[in-house]
Amino acid sequence: MPDSPHMNRREFVTIVTAAVGTAIGVVVGLPAIGYILTPATKTQESDAWIPLGPLENYPVGVPTLMSFARTKVNGWEKTANSYGVFVIRGEGDQLKTLSNVCTHLSCRVNWDDAAKEFKCPCHDAAFDINGGIIKGPQPRPLDGYEFKIEEGNLLIHFVEG
Amino acid sequence: MFQKIFAWLDERLGLTTIYEVTLDRKVPKVNWFFTLGSASLFLFVLQGVTGMLLTIYYVPSPDHAYDSIQYIMNGVAFGWLVRGIHHWGASLMVLVVFFHMLRTFFFGAYKYPREFTWVTGVVLLLATLGMGFTGYLLPWNQKAYWATTVGTAIAGSVPFVGKFIEQVLRGGSGLSAVTLARFFSAHIWWLPAILAAVIGIHLYMVIRLGISAVPTEED
Repeated sequence: MPDSPHMNRREFVTIVTAAVGTAIGVVVGLPAIGYILTPATKTQESDAWIPLGPLENYPVGVPTLMSFARTKVNGWEKTANSYGVFVIRGEGDQLKTLSNVCTHLSCRVNWDDAAKEFKCPCHDAAFDINGGIIKGPQPRPLDGYEFKIEEGNLLIHFVEG
Repeated sequence: MFQKIFAWLDERLGLTTIYEVTLDRKVPKVNWFFTLGSASLFLFVLQGVTGMLLTIYYVPSPDHAYDSIQYIMNGVAFGWLVRGIHHWGASLMVLVVFFHMLRTFFFGAYKYPREFTWVTGVVLLLATLGMGFTGYLLPWNQKAYWATTVGTAIAGSVPFVGKFIEQVLRGGSGLSAVTLARFFSAHIWWLPAILAAVIGIHLYMVIRLGISAVPTEED
């Protein structure tokens, strides 16, 4: 039927197959995208003051690492994450609280007391005692925590999300 | 533009030849019962895709299996849909594969020269049932636990070697984390690999031999 104004059987089957295939692809494919992306869209906010004990426990002039843990629910599990903060007491009332997370790619930095600098074991980033950049690939100084002293006790402000 | 790209690829990959050999075959006049094989293949692919999606969150450990499924059902967007399709698709696949076998049997399509196609089909049916059996344990709920207890105990009723088979299936004398891990492994690696390979042989034979016609009164 070359001159028929109607579509032939083959054209009809092709169109129906394509339409049904597309419908199935959409019904499974679109929800699958949401299914995969869900955890990324659920960032949990965390905002707390973490007590780090009496300030007088911290030596003057030497950065001291304190660690604390925070838990949060990830999917079907409660995960406890450990965080480190360097407490640096200077002369008089001077105080700094620095995160030990390297600003390059999140390895944890250590205090090298001989060299008087924070060193990252991963890619040789070096920071001075105030967290400033000495050398290395890091884009910015070490992050600081907001802190306060209440009745002689040190607290830092932990914010996430 | 697209025709040019297609022609370039076609010259190198032989797409037109593949299409002609696999899909543009001469077929006898048949009926809707002859679509059950394609339906089985479609369900296999659908189960494969939804199964791969489920493994993104599912954890095959007694500690987390049940909770991870609760998370899929309540915490993840469309998790209920993905698991629902996998759940109902599994039952449907067993049903469709079984009807596919009945059609082949009653239409005598297993006869010469298609005996080996039938043999591969038997492997596919058994592997499909194996998928159902191993998948049933994975939710690690009461129904799953006791169904597998009973199912493996049935294997244990085989004379002489039954107890050994039961312990191999369970990975020990009772159900444990080992059982869950090996059922998961069989469910997502071994059985799908067997299914995919044997489906390949099955389809090759269908293409090579062509499909049988509906039997007539003389047959």
